[in-house]
Amino acid sequence: MAQLAGDLSLAEDCAQEACAAAVAQWPRDGVPANPGGWVVAVARHRALDHLRRESARAGKEREAVREWAAAGPDRSAVAGDDQLALLFACCHPALDPASRVTLTLRVVCGLPTASIARLLLLPEPTVAQRIVRAKRKIRDAGIRLRLPGPGERAARLASVLRVIYLTFTEGHSPHGTSAVVQDDLCEEALRLARRLHRLVPGEPEVTGLLALILLTSARSAARADQDGALVLLADQDRSRWDRDRLAEGQSLAETALAQRRPGPYQLQAAIAACHADAATAAGTDWRQIAALYGELLRFDPSPVIEANRAIAVAYAEGPAAGLVILDTLAASSRLARWPQLHIARGALLARCGHHEDAVAAYRDALALEPAGPVRRHITGQIAALGAAPAPTEET
Amino acid sequence: MKYIALLYGEPDAGPAPGTPEFVEMLGEFQSATTAMADAGVLVDSGPLQPPQTATTVRVRDGQTQLSDGPFAEIKEQLGGYYILDCEDLDTALRYAAMIPSAKYGSVEVRPVMVMGPH
Repeated sequence: MAQLAGDLSLAEDCAQEACAAAVAQWPRDGVPANPGGWVVAVARHRALDHLRRESARAGKEREAVREWAAAGPDRSAVAGDDQLALLFACCHPALDPASRVTLTLRVVCGLPTASIARLLLLPEPTVAQRIVRAKRKIRDAGIRLRLPGPGERAARLASVLRVIYLTFTEGHSPHGTSAVVQDDLCEEALRLARRLHRLVPGEPEVTGLLALILLTSARSAARADQDGALVLLADQDRSRWDRDRLAEGQSLAETALAQRRPGPYQLQAAIAACHADAATAAGTDWRQIAALYGELLRFDPSPVIEANRAIAVAYAEGPAAGLVILDTLAASSRLARWPQLHIARGALLARCGHHEDAVAAYRDALALEPAGPVRRHITGQIAALGAAPAPTEET
Repeated sequence: MKYIALLYGEPDAGPAPGTPEFVEMLGEFQSATTAMADAGVLVDSGPLQPPQTATTVRVRDGQTQLSDGPFAEIKEQLGGYYILDCEDLDTALRYAAMIPSAKYGSVEVRPVMVMGPH
């Protein structure tokens, strides 16, 4: 329907009108057999009316009528394609990445601007402006709301996956709040991932992302203790993990990998599945995880993945082996600004018995001003090593 | 919709004239232009003479000022343009990607404003 109107704002207004009409009519007339399709049909009708009134451009109207007439009886398929086209449009590479996330949350998830601002920790006018600019760009630059052709599909799908992934990670490790997990944002990301999986069932990376989100979010309840402090994976009460989500995630991860077209989301899901497989932290198959990170590096040669591999190697082969990798990474200027690297070094140094060096590494992490729960974890570790936090630190 | 594709590149980027790679690049320009023409989306195109040949005109307080060279000295220089008329941005971007300047520099694709009753 947005394809018809070519303009997201018009499409949104017509959809709202259609829903209002539904709310008024259905109690009176009964719910139609395909309610979603009915709403789409009414919205299209109103969009067409609007176009006829507004536009003197006969060509556009002819095309619109042709498309609507060609919509056919299978309304659910049409609605599905519309949703997918909308998702692709909101994640178009011609829009800057931050705008893609905000626009998707607004237009695809239907979140009000105020909620988005709260979830992303941005001022509401900033979010509103970003959305307005993005819609304007879609309209003025002629980004048509349609499914990408076979040549573009892979790249465009990658962009959609990235937006959903960013939404999830923002919820899973929220910046600057006192909360350890932002459930609402995680759940929105999960909804998006499910919807995408339903619309694009044959793509293993799409299945992989859904699996990853299920497996990771399954651990949310155990990530914070009753005081709201961060609990590391190794220390989590695994009885608080959501077994249903884990089972579904593991099954989907297997299905995806069985297609023999591996990719980064599938590999991350496989790593999460390794953790899910272990009844206790001690029972974790770290060798397998280290091997999976090695595979992941081939797709994403980032220092963050290297650091995670180092931690897995440390668990599998001993802290000294892991430290070798981390020390190399710490020497690189980019990763030196990543608090988790120094936290990992601190943990491994402590396990090697180098307590002073461990405290120094933890202080390096603190100096980078990580989020509240992480900061509290670090000061806790420093205290456990018998040192006081640096004189200027507050806990 | 009408789009202009502005071809930007650093002067030393891309193969040097006289090399076989340069001839190959000319061939790629030709293929791209032909593809656009065959698809009926090409309105106009042209390579520009180098920035040193430019003259910049400004009229301030009724006085015409001329200066030698482009309006701004920037590293990536405007080297040519294509004007396309096609159905949407994705189509324009697809053709823009065929232009060799995209490989050696950057191609900016911008819609031309539609004036008149809307």
